[in-house]
Amino acid sequence: MWTKCAGLFFALVLSVAVMPTGAKADEFIVVQSTTSTQNSGLFDAILPVFEAATGIEVRVVAVGTGQALRNAQNGDGDVLLVHAKAAEQAFVDAGYGLPRRDVMYNDFVLIGPKDDPAGIRGTRSAAKALARIAAQKAPFASRGDDSGTHKAEMRMWGALDPTDASGTWYRETGSGMGATLNTGIAMGAYVLSDRATWLAFGNKADHDVLVEGDPAMFNQYGVIVVDPARHPRVKVAEAQRFADWLTQDEGQSAIAAFTVAGTQLFYPNATPR
Amino acid sequence: MREPANIIRADFGGTLLETRGLTYRADGTRFVDDVSLRLREGRITTILGPNGAGKSLLLRLIHGLIAPTSGNVIWNGRTLDAPARAAQAMVFQRPVMMRRSVAGNLRFALKVKGVPRHARAAQVEALLTKAGLQDMATRPARLLSGGEQQKLAIVRATIGAPRMLMLDEPTANLDPSATRAVETLVQDVQAQGTTVVMVTHDQGQAKRLAQDVAFLQSGRLAEAGPAARLLTEPQSRPMKAWLDGELYVD
Amino acid sequence: METFADILLRAFALIAQGDPVLRGVVGLSLYVTLSATAIACAIGLPLGAVVGGTQFAGRGGVIIFLNALMGLPPVVVGLVVYLLLSASGPLGVLGLLYTPAAMIIAQTILITPIVAALTVQVTSDMHREYREQFRSMGVGRLARIGALMWDARLALVPVALAGFGRAVAEVGAVMIVGGNINHVTRVMTTSIALETSKGNLELALALGIVLLLIALLVNAAVMTLRSASVRAAYA
Repeated sequence: MWTKCAGLFFALVLSVAVMPTGAKADEFIVVQSTTSTQNSGLFDAILPVFEAATGIEVRVVAVGTGQALRNAQNGDGDVLLVHAKAAEQAFVDAGYGLPRRDVMYNDFVLIGPKDDPAGIRGTRSAAKALARIAAQKAPFASRGDDSGTHKAEMRMWGALDPTDASGTWYRETGSGMGATLNTGIAMGAYVLSDRATWLAFGNKADHDVLVEGDPAMFNQYGVIVVDPARHPRVKVAEAQRFADWLTQDEGQSAIAAFTVAGTQLFYPNATPR
Repeated sequence: MREPANIIRADFGGTLLETRGLTYRADGTRFVDDVSLRLREGRITTILGPNGAGKSLLLRLIHGLIAPTSGNVIWNGRTLDAPARAAQAMVFQRPVMMRRSVAGNLRFALKVKGVPRHARAAQVEALLTKAGLQDMATRPARLLSGGEQQKLAIVRATIGAPRMLMLDEPTANLDPSATRAVETLVQDVQAQGTTVVMVTHDQGQAKRLAQDVAFLQSGRLAEAGPAARLLTEPQSRPMKAWLDGELYVD
Repeated sequence: METFADILLRAFALIAQGDPVLRGVVGLSLYVTLSATAIACAIGLPLGAVVGGTQFAGRGGVIIFLNALMGLPPVVVGLVVYLLLSASGPLGVLGLLYTPAAMIIAQTILITPIVAALTVQVTSDMHREYREQFRSMGVGRLARIGALMWDARLALVPVALAGFGRAVAEVGAVMIVGGNINHVTRVMTTSIALETSKGNLELALALGIVLLLIALLVNAAVMTLRSASVRAAYA
């Protein structure tokens, strides 16, 4: 009886120990990126192309921008792909990453309820629209999580500081894009979202894009290879191949070819070498 | 007034266990009060007394399950120690049956007592036969009747050939036929040379089984001696009252 | 928002279609959680039996501590394990982060206190019942612990299932240490979280129902095995 139990136990432990961790050790890289990028579906579209061309599996860990930066800083990833230029530059300057390169941009859109209580539909300027929302004290759901989207939102408010009104008309969800959209729509609030997440979002209810196209709403992505001098176990060769692929013809066209509902979401803008 | 304790004279059978001034106190009450008693080897001694006299407690004290407040338990001339306790066995009022088969219960006890694996099966059979439980080897022990469980507990207690078997009101919850079966088994055990010490509150059982008797009242030893004498001519007032079916309150 | 009936149908459709992605996710969930449960039992059952069946100084404190650990927030466990397994952490060299092994480790840490605390409860009661008899028979400590564990086996099955239930339902720990990587560390709960964050609420709910059905199946299977023994009334 006991021998049977012991045997079963050891069999289990052994199977755990030899369980494949997913792929052969050196043929994958870990990319720290953001949930909004992941949820747009971009990776599902372009990564298979890269993998087929190089045989390198790309494992994406999609978390908030801050967490992605922190994870990469800890060396828990080979590549960092986020959309927070200032933070990215600081990352490189602090010695955690090799020089940053532009990859693509997408844009933000200001979502709101169809009845548009603040009357911002069609406004050309994001700052003006936000000012009207503040003046009307119309409900606004912010990510409030220091992400790339959140930082962009704070820039658009300009001199106004909506956090004074936090808890009243200005609601900070402290969550990702999807969760914030869910919350904002449920409370009939305005939400600043990246277009990609919005298009792919499955719970739009009767919310709509009300403001778009202002250059201030453009969202730049950058790719950084984690510095192997800091973290020797980084797979720098494969990581570099990925960064190169993203910023060169093949990757750039794959990005441009990705559409949702017929709309291109990401605009490749890597500087040619 | 305290009755003088009758010291049992050793006619035949030396003293196997002796208590000297054994006392157990808790919460300011002496539940066992200065009991000095000798138990003769090879005999059946019954410990009698009304409810709350401290009989079960005395049994646990001489088995070393509880430490006395003062006084000694002397086994074969030495203070009771672990090897001495290993030569004792006890059967409780409610038999403790493990959640296994009848045979499983016996096998566990055999293992504890150090019987090698290959010898266990044969001993299990012998024990089951002694208890009259041959057909029940694979039955879950907890499904047996009260009497069957007690018989199992008794033969289980005989594993390792203890010199003393203690029983704490083993038939208190049993019907007459089960009681008889248990009593027969107890007598068989004694016939093999084991000293038996049995707590009972049943006069009839004492009359049937006892060779020596000790009577406790309120934690004190009222008297002790051969059963033939005490059960017909008790000297102490508590025991007289008990035999007459009266309630003695002191 | 679809009606609940529609969502229920969607759940069954998912199962019926046998979508390979879903199967992969379900398989990984079961692999991670069953492994964690097995290891947690291997540690927690004996630990609980020792604490339940032994008198020692500070026993009360240990029990309080174990009971408190039952309330460990999964996300906190995930964070701690992440810090340990991170490339910058003490165990970074093992390279376990973002693998199923890390998820198993995190879930094991999460549910071992539950298994241990409940085992203490079960074996305590049994120890009280057996104590005098064992002391009379001179049962040694090791034999006592083993006997308590074996005799309590029927009551310990629900304990193991409680551990399983807690692990299969949690998302916080596996999300952080696993990274929810597609085809590698994506399990049922992280899939549900992902679909929710995409606004695909109906799909998320349908997946939730699938998860519930799996938990139901596991529980039913185990309890059927158990009841066969109960009919032999070993309880």
